[in-house]
Amino acid sequence: MKNIKKDFFGNQVLTDINFTLNEGEVLGLCGENGAGKSTLMKILFGMDVIRETGGYEGDILIHGEKAVFSTPFDALKAGIGMVHQEFSLIPGFTATENILLNREPRKTNVISQVFGERLNTLDRKAMKERSDAAIDKMGVKIDPNMTINEMPVGHKQFTEIARELSKDQLKLLILDEPTAVLTEHEAEALLASIRNMAAQGIAIIFITHRLHEILSVCDKVVVMRDGYVVQDVPAKDTNVPEITRWMVGRSVQSAAATQIQDHSDAPILMSIRHLWVDMPGEIVRDVDLDVRQGEILGIGGLAGQGKLGIPNGIMGLYEAGGTVVFDGKEIPLNSPRKCLDASLAFVSEDRRGVGLLLDESLEWNIAFTAMQVQNKFLKNLLGGAVKWRDEKAIRAVTQKYIEALQIKCTSSRQKARELSGGNQQKICLAKAFALEPKFLFVSEPTRGIDVGAKSLVLDALKQFNRESGVTVVMISSELEELRQTCDRIAIISGGKVAGIRPATDSSEELGMLMVSQVV
Amino acid sequence: MKKNHVVEFLRNNMVPIMFIIICAICIYLSGFSWSYLLNQVVTRMGRNIFLILSLLIPIMAGMGLNFGMTLGAMAGEIALILVADWQIWGIPGVVLAMLLSIPLSVLLGLMCGKLMNMAKGREMITGYILNYFMGGLYLLVVLYMMGPIIPIKHTSIRLPRGFGVRTTTDLSNMRQCLDNQWALTIGGVKIPLLTFAIIGLLCLFIVWFRKTKLGQDMRAVGQDMEVARDAGIKVERTRIISIIMSTVFAGFGMIIYLQNIGNFPTYTAHTQIGMFCIAALLVGGASVEKASIGNVFLGVILFHTMFIVAPKAGQNLTASPQIGEYFRVFVSYGIITIALVMYEAKKRRTRSGAGALLAQAQQAEKKGGETA
Repeated sequence: MKNIKKDFFGNQVLTDINFTLNEGEVLGLCGENGAGKSTLMKILFGMDVIRETGGYEGDILIHGEKAVFSTPFDALKAGIGMVHQEFSLIPGFTATENILLNREPRKTNVISQVFGERLNTLDRKAMKERSDAAIDKMGVKIDPNMTINEMPVGHKQFTEIARELSKDQLKLLILDEPTAVLTEHEAEALLASIRNMAAQGIAIIFITHRLHEILSVCDKVVVMRDGYVVQDVPAKDTNVPEITRWMVGRSVQSAAATQIQDHSDAPILMSIRHLWVDMPGEIVRDVDLDVRQGEILGIGGLAGQGKLGIPNGIMGLYEAGGTVVFDGKEIPLNSPRKCLDASLAFVSEDRRGVGLLLDESLEWNIAFTAMQVQNKFLKNLLGGAVKWRDEKAIRAVTQKYIEALQIKCTSSRQKARELSGGNQQKICLAKAFALEPKFLFVSEPTRGIDVGAKSLVLDALKQFNRESGVTVVMISSELEELRQTCDRIAIISGGKVAGIRPATDSSEELGMLMVSQVV
Repeated sequence: MKKNHVVEFLRNNMVPIMFIIICAICIYLSGFSWSYLLNQVVTRMGRNIFLILSLLIPIMAGMGLNFGMTLGAMAGEIALILVADWQIWGIPGVVLAMLLSIPLSVLLGLMCGKLMNMAKGREMITGYILNYFMGGLYLLVVLYMMGPIIPIKHTSIRLPRGFGVRTTTDLSNMRQCLDNQWALTIGGVKIPLLTFAIIGLLCLFIVWFRKTKLGQDMRAVGQDMEVARDAGIKVERTRIISIIMSTVFAGFGMIIYLQNIGNFPTYTAHTQIGMFCIAALLVGGASVEKASIGNVFLGVILFHTMFIVAPKAGQNLTASPQIGEYFRVFVSYGIITIALVMYEAKKRRTRSGAGALLAQAQQAEKKGGETA
């Protein structure tokens, strides 16, 4: 028996993970975002991030021997191959060249004998043979001479897999959401080839959000949640609703929204029709959505399904098309300034990149957009010919928000960079509040901040909505958070709206929507 | 469909086509005889092609147009000054100068490559500014160190004050020694066979080099550094090697170039050489990310034809050769600007193309939904 066994102990992200995988077995790994799937795979593959962040505890056993990988190359040597979510291919190279990248068979010649082996010429014939062999192993037809940039997405994915297969020592293949970018037809071909590979004795870990795929190819299913393995069962003994329940599980009814307001008679403030957004990794397709005045609408969904694309597209940060009518007027897309002029505000999920001027004072950060867009905090001198910053007004407003949001800082002149993540997030909110918008997009407001700060930020948002009557659209990966804060929740799956439900619906139902149209 | 191909071809080859038209008009206006023109162009091809070929390898490695080739030119000049001082003339002198230039070029190329690795994505401007910096060091070496530190004896080379090198370095004893060896005259056109043979050898080397492991690595690094790194290719090292090779070839190229002319202004010969070589390559239809040997040959022919005929055409047209000269300089800077702008524009076009595809897919889906 050749057992591959891994144990980790006492990590905050991952706690007591144990499972075994046998040769030729297909293991389906699923779980919500942040459940720890990626971290686990990173450990297994010896990625640099793990070592840089202090390593891990526990042991990985391969064939009963303890294995320690300090770089991905060690993992490769030990026979572990990984196909990442993002393609790692050279666009101008053919499939063959990519499959054998940096492992090309070579021929020696006179010059290389003198100047070293990098001047060996490539043995094109042997390269072709080996790539053909790898493609055959997969059991799918792709043209080895086609360059990557001419290929459909599915073939790129197959090229990646063939590259791992061409490594002779390959024993374990990790596929991280390989079907995410494939069409249904291509995905089926991939599933067939997974069975094919497993039949040849290669063990496979298959990570996906498409649960029916897991059931159709895997021998067993491991479900992770919050860094724990919650279930480890043979695939034939379970079904999709059951897995979904395990995935979103936790103390289900605990924190349903406390005070939901029904806005179904309120006028429609923003109406989105046929919106598409080309945001890499968060593509939005043909979204129709109505936002009613005064409500808090939550937008949820799994990562990469397009929920982040919606605000970024409407606010003009990524290329978008379709029509967006706000307050009776159509908003031109692809122009951030027009959106701000229309009294929309956006708190970006990328707070360090888009949200803040890191090396400027808090005063500047809070007042900047309002100053630029609405001429607030400015004094007119010489009859308006020269505009002067009104430092006093800026300080006053900054103080107000520092108190209101309990921002921890030494003074209002401190630099934004020096604040902690949670306080930076509060500054971003204050900046948006200072605009006094009619409509506010908040994207991932609690990403990367601690529990205490989380509830403060959420409360501030809710208060802002209830007291000033501002319509808020909040985008978040955390379902529970949406259920606590919002009135209605729209779930985005596969770039489209999968359904809109009141926040009182159970997590399980919303969870089912999340995976309903995953592409 | 066919029309699309024509439009595509025209768009991709806009620069060479424009140049062919301008050259044709200028040739007509200048009134030069064909044999004169041909003679001039062939001479200049022999003179210049080697230098321009040195640009190909960094383009392959994704480092853009190597403005740093000027460093190689400086190395070649220093080697020539030393050889001239030792009074070693003819082909042995050329060969010795080439050998001497190698260590200098390697050193300069190594430094240039390291700097460019620190400024990834901005290699071109880094190389360009580096030229000015190294130009200053070159002055220091040639004007002050040659004499007291590096012995310079011969009075035809040394400044009368006892150190430093004269403003013009005379290479008349070396003049066209390569070009005259095995020279062939056909119909009044002198063809420097040996020089062309050397150029042919370099072309063969480049073709062969593309097939080597190192060449493959360079192409991979050029297209996507991160992917190449993940595959275990030593990205930084590969990039440095490509710059070193380019610098060494540029040194050789400069020596071939100068032996053809027969003398050189000691302090300024290299200042424009990079700019003109790059302009010639771009005229031949190359871009920042793609260049072939064919581009080099076409570019040299077109660019130098322009050089020869533009002043004369200007004189015939406006009675002032100054106009043609002005036009020539204007065009070479203009062409570099156009190439850089087009490179960026093309990147942007592919990006917005992705968005258009998405909109199209949505439209198609909607139609499909309606019929079903």
